[in-house]
Amino acid sequence: MEKVIDFLSFQDPTVRLVVAGTVLLSISAAVVGCFAYLRKRALVGDALAHSLLPGVAMAFLFSGQKDPWLLLLGAMISGWLALGAMELIQQHTKLASETSIALVLSVFFGFGVLLLTYLQHHGGGDQAGLDQFLFGNAASMRSSDLYAYGLVGMVLLVMIGAFYKELKLYCFDPDHAEAIGLPTRILRYLLNTMTVLATAIGIQSVGVVLMAALLITPAATARFWSYRLRTMLFLAALGGAVAGLGGSFASYLAPAMPTGPWIVMVLSFLALVSIFLAPRVGIFARMWRQRQNQRKIIRENLLKAFYHGLENKEAQHAWLSRPEWQEQRHLPEWEWQIGFRQLRRRRWVLRRSGRYRLTERGLAEARRVVRLHRLWELYLSRYLALGKDHLHPGAESIEHLITPEVEKELLRELDYPEQDPHRSPIPYKS
Amino acid sequence: MSANKEAAPALEVHNLTATYDRQPVLWDIDFSLPEGSLAGILGPNGSGKTTLLRNIMGLMQPDSGYVRLLGQDLAKVRAQVSYVPQRESVDWNFPVSVSEVVAMGRYGPGKLLRRLRRQDRDIIEEAMERTGILPLAHRHISQLSGGQQQRVFIARALAQQAQIYLMDEPFVGVDAATEEAILNLLGEMKNRGHTVIMVHHDLQTAQDFFDQAVLLQTRLVAAGPVETVLNKENLQQAYGGRLNVLSKVGQLAAEKQFPLREKAFRERKKPAHGESD
Ligand SMILES: Nc1ncnc2c1ncn2[C@@H]1O[C@H](COP(=O)(O)OP(=O)(O)O)[C@@H](O)[C@H]1O
Ligand SMILES: [Mg+2]
Repeated sequence: MEKVIDFLSFQDPTVRLVVAGTVLLSISAAVVGCFAYLRKRALVGDALAHSLLPGVAMAFLFSGQKDPWLLLLGAMISGWLALGAMELIQQHTKLASETSIALVLSVFFGFGVLLLTYLQHHGGGDQAGLDQFLFGNAASMRSSDLYAYGLVGMVLLVMIGAFYKELKLYCFDPDHAEAIGLPTRILRYLLNTMTVLATAIGIQSVGVVLMAALLITPAATARFWSYRLRTMLFLAALGGAVAGLGGSFASYLAPAMPTGPWIVMVLSFLALVSIFLAPRVGIFARMWRQRQNQRKIIRENLLKAFYHGLENKEAQHAWLSRPEWQEQRHLPEWEWQIGFRQLRRRRWVLRRSGRYRLTERGLAEARRVVRLHRLWELYLSRYLALGKDHLHPGAESIEHLITPEVEKELLRELDYPEQDPHRSPIPYKS
Repeated sequence: MSANKEAAPALEVHNLTATYDRQPVLWDIDFSLPEGSLAGILGPNGSGKTTLLRNIMGLMQPDSGYVRLLGQDLAKVRAQVSYVPQRESVDWNFPVSVSEVVAMGRYGPGKLLRRLRRQDRDIIEEAMERTGILPLAHRHISQLSGGQQQRVFIARALAQQAQIYLMDEPFVGVDAATEEAILNLLGEMKNRGHTVIMVHHDLQTAQDFFDQAVLLQTRLVAAGPVETVLNKENLQQAYGGRLNVLSKVGQLAAEKQFPLREKAFRERKKPAHGESD
């Protein structure tokens, strides 16, 4: 408990430092990751993160110490070699791009693990805790590490701010960027270098295995909630920051626990929530829409049935019994209940001692549905030359879908017809 | 030298050969188009029309040959040339709005590290107005219909305020309103003395739209004034005999619903009457 309060109050300067560093590098990874995600390079990001390991291990092997700048340099070299290898394989073989990515990932990562194992058995004095490169340990970072990573993270963010519009264009339409004479080659190098660096600065706190999650998950999560790049970057940064905070908190409470998995847990939680709750594309939004559609269909079917009942009786009087209402089309009881409740709520129907009648609004609505159905049948028979017996099923679903604009177009196209192919009159507004 | 420059055609293509994986797609193409012309690049599917445009725009390195625009290298006249790619060439789910895409027409190598000026904003708005998408300025691009997306691309090209416009099949998958809007724009551009070079797949309408035509079938079949290019012999060469086309059309009609085609035929008669000028 004490530790929790300690952490949350940010009194302890080392806590402050660790939190600030982890949050900053998480933010910059998340923001850089958005561009990789939008260029559909998520897989490359993952391979890249794994491929940094041999470089990091080499840096340690040659210098015998954990100097952050040397580690970054090693990571850079290793990352660039990996990217180059992927490109070469794709250019000179017929292998699919995923194959080349997987190939590079496994070769580099395997070599890195080999080096790491060797180091742990034969390395110098400081070899303890080298496995933190695999899964990360935020609390183990020293202030010199944090300053270095924080600085690089800042530079990345500033670069993105400076070249924001060109990067946006390059990711959206590289051909246009090239056609107007932007230095696309440089932009590509810039993006690749930024991805390598954003991954490299997370190695100590998140680890190479899970670093790709910090790169891609915030972007994918943010995309659920945003339709502008600017908003997306901001939300991804926010998600990265929350995850960084959560990760460093966990690392502080249980120093033996690796940080990476915790960060990934937080990110996955945010992603999961987004998958369900996001507007328009989220699962709940979709379910809601489907429900609304279903209700609309039931409602309109009920109206149509009523109209048919009226036609049958040749409008002797407007009050129908339930059997008369359902004469042409028998709906299951539950559908009828749902539909009727909706008509009632909209004040489209009246009931008097077991007989029903549509209100003026309800009748207009019923006419509209029947009109669309018949118009569509006519359209199908005229333009697709379908036989009369094939018409009904197609019109049955489309009538619920046609918007007023489409209706207008249909009317113009068909020149305001009087009858449908079955010679039933097409009801217009009276 | 300067006299030479004045007479320079809008586009010259010299002995251009291009390949994908060593498969030749364009073979020794050689033609030129005068300034102020409305030119159609025609040919069957896969005849290399898109590839030709990509080579002209420097998006691909030709295996041999070269291209001149306004008598110069592309690098020198980039600002005078704008390119409207095929609609499918980008991901329409990308998180940008209509006005942001149109604004990309104002970007350029001279504007790195700088925000767009107010003057740029004015140009962007006017381009959207001329293509009829100003009311959609703040929409996300995935919410647009095919025709509206095409207009966004055209608006972006207009915002570049270029002299030469290269368009890749702007009429594919667009509604009648967009088709008409594009045709009006073409007329406007021509009146201002701009050159429009357009990949087009529909021979029916080519006669009416264009004054110059380039007929491709990996090699150049013919190039020049549209009346001389689109004769039976050339078409036979490009499309490999009439029966072939017919059977293809038959397949198409079976695959697709043809109300769309019928409607299109009816509307396409309009430009034929107003063709005289
Ligand atoms: N990126 C590519 N890689 C390999 N082949 C391609 C590529 N793009 C086009 N092609 C091939 O080049 C030929 C010409 O293509 P294209 O220029 O798109 O024709 P068109 O635009 O006239 O339909 C086609 O056979 C096509 O399959
Ligand atoms: Mg093409």
